[in-house]
Amino acid sequence: MKADPAGTAGSAPLAHKRPLGDRGFQILALASGLLVLVILVLIAVTTSQQAASWFSAEGLKIFTNNWDPATNQFGALAFIYGTAVTAVIAIIMAVPVSVGIALLLNEVVPYRWSRPIVYVIDLLAVVPSVVWGLWGILVFAPWIQHIYASIASGVNGIPVLGFFFGSPTSGASFFTAGIILAFMITPIVTSLSREVIATVPQIDKEGAYALGATRWEMITGAVWPHSQGGVVGAVLLGLGRAMGETIAAALVIGSSATITSRLFAPGYNMPAVIANQFGEASGVFRSALMGLGVLLFAFTIIINVLARGIVERSARRTRGA
Amino acid sequence: MTAVTVPRQAPDLREPKGWRRSKNRIMTVLMLLSFVLVIIPLGFVLFTVIAKGASTISWQFLTGSPIPPNVLPAGIGGMWPAILGTLLITGLATLMAVPLGILGAIYLNEYGGRNWLAALIGFMSDVMTGVPSIVMGLFIFSIWVLHFGYSGLAGAFALGCLMLPVVIRSSYEMLRLVPDPLREASYALGATKSRVTLTVVLPAALGGIVSGALLAVARAAGETAPLLFTILTVTTANPNVFSGANTSLPSQIFSNASQPYTGAQDRGWGAALTLIAICFILMIAARFVTARFTRYSR
Repeated sequence: MKADPAGTAGSAPLAHKRPLGDRGFQILALASGLLVLVILVLIAVTTSQQAASWFSAEGLKIFTNNWDPATNQFGALAFIYGTAVTAVIAIIMAVPVSVGIALLLNEVVPYRWSRPIVYVIDLLAVVPSVVWGLWGILVFAPWIQHIYASIASGVNGIPVLGFFFGSPTSGASFFTAGIILAFMITPIVTSLSREVIATVPQIDKEGAYALGATRWEMITGAVWPHSQGGVVGAVLLGLGRAMGETIAAALVIGSSATITSRLFAPGYNMPAVIANQFGEASGVFRSALMGLGVLLFAFTIIINVLARGIVERSARRTRGA
Repeated sequence: MTAVTVPRQAPDLREPKGWRRSKNRIMTVLMLLSFVLVIIPLGFVLFTVIAKGASTISWQFLTGSPIPPNVLPAGIGGMWPAILGTLLITGLATLMAVPLGILGAIYLNEYGGRNWLAALIGFMSDVMTGVPSIVMGLFIFSIWVLHFGYSGLAGAFALGCLMLPVVIRSSYEMLRLVPDPLREASYALGATKSRVTLTVVLPAALGGIVSGALLAVARAAGETAPLLFTILTVTTANPNVFSGANTSLPSQIFSNASQPYTGAQDRGWGAALTLIAICFILMIAARFVTARFTRYSR
């Protein structure tokens, strides 16, 4: 990762006498770098402090399905469930599309066509979360509601499909949130997959073509074995994003703390409940919402460390080969 | 990337027949289809925002104040408090995060080299890009707002925390591209390391760094979650970014989106168009800087 072929870093050119300003600048740079670690530690410490009374008041009951601020019941299972469900829906929809676009950019279209495609993907990344939410709740949800309703009546009574796609249905639901999240994580999964796929050695691809492979056979035989580790990392990063994305989900998820297998029913997830209820919360209620933030922070940190580790390791292996 | 064209130029008798060829065609079409699947929602969103927002936006809407209550129809008051808040808070966040981010990247690339601390900072800064924005809001709420109250400054801290790792990553990539002979030539003239970094390395990478920073600002300007518990949402303009509750375009869109009143919804669309315009202008500026001023690129 740290390319420094000339070895200039870390050793001063004329080491015996360094002016004060030079040393001061180095310390300033080091301090800015350390700021990242300081902020991460501070996030963990301060939010945990604020959440302490929730953890101590409820103990393991935080993982029950019983959220009722009026009677001081703060079991958060429904939100954890909703976070997992929406994130998984988003990943299932976003990953094939993202990997498809990444392959399209790297292996199919010529360079002068790939640039406009990249612009469009970047444009998607710049549309703010709240605009997705606004469009989701005022335009998309009322429209897709009818589709949900007809699917639900169609699968009524069919064992597995009915279990997931049966009624009740609502425009604002787990599934709508999952779709909107999928739009939002597509750019990041695409750009990371693209970087990984770009590291596949040219010689491997040419070798596959020389053996008479079609383009698709070249992709499955030469590109995929090289890049699958990195793509898995990219998918995990997308999962982390989908779990933490707040405002769009808060608007379109339906705000109902229920655990149900029905994907077209309204639900709730962790970031959405924090965004919607923090304003009027105090005491243990606020502490509980803060605690949801701590859980969310912990989940996303674990996923990101895993994902970055995988991406970095696969990149190093490719470079070493 | 260009080798793909080679087999196409090969003689036709090499072209695979039957199922293998069909499968290749099907998969290529599916790849194209995945791009189409992305264009449709993007086009739909942009079309709706422009169509609905354009009818709301007027000079009065952009400069009027205060933001009227939800029940009133569009055309009364204006979004100026939110526009001012977004500009001030995002600007302040930029002033904090961009210099610190560039310095952090300088540490990683120029001083850290291959040592364990630089590796750790680089890794954790990548991890920090994945911290949910709402968690940043909760963090600033606990560490700042509880002690000093709501203010634009608190919002700027939250946005700055979000921008910092992004700026570090993009600046680091740009510094890495600066060729070593440039550094060595400066050292050979007897310059100190800080001087080499500030007057030779940094200017050489500046185009890419500015472009990356602009993209980070564009992302931050659209963030709502970190502002909800740090600036609150008021309806009058508050030019003092250091004290008192404030408001922003994303916060206004969020609070208007769930309103049943058409006036509030219209204001939401107008604010959305204004916000998207700001974000796109920043993004286009980034592209322009990249195209015009980047000296070294991948």
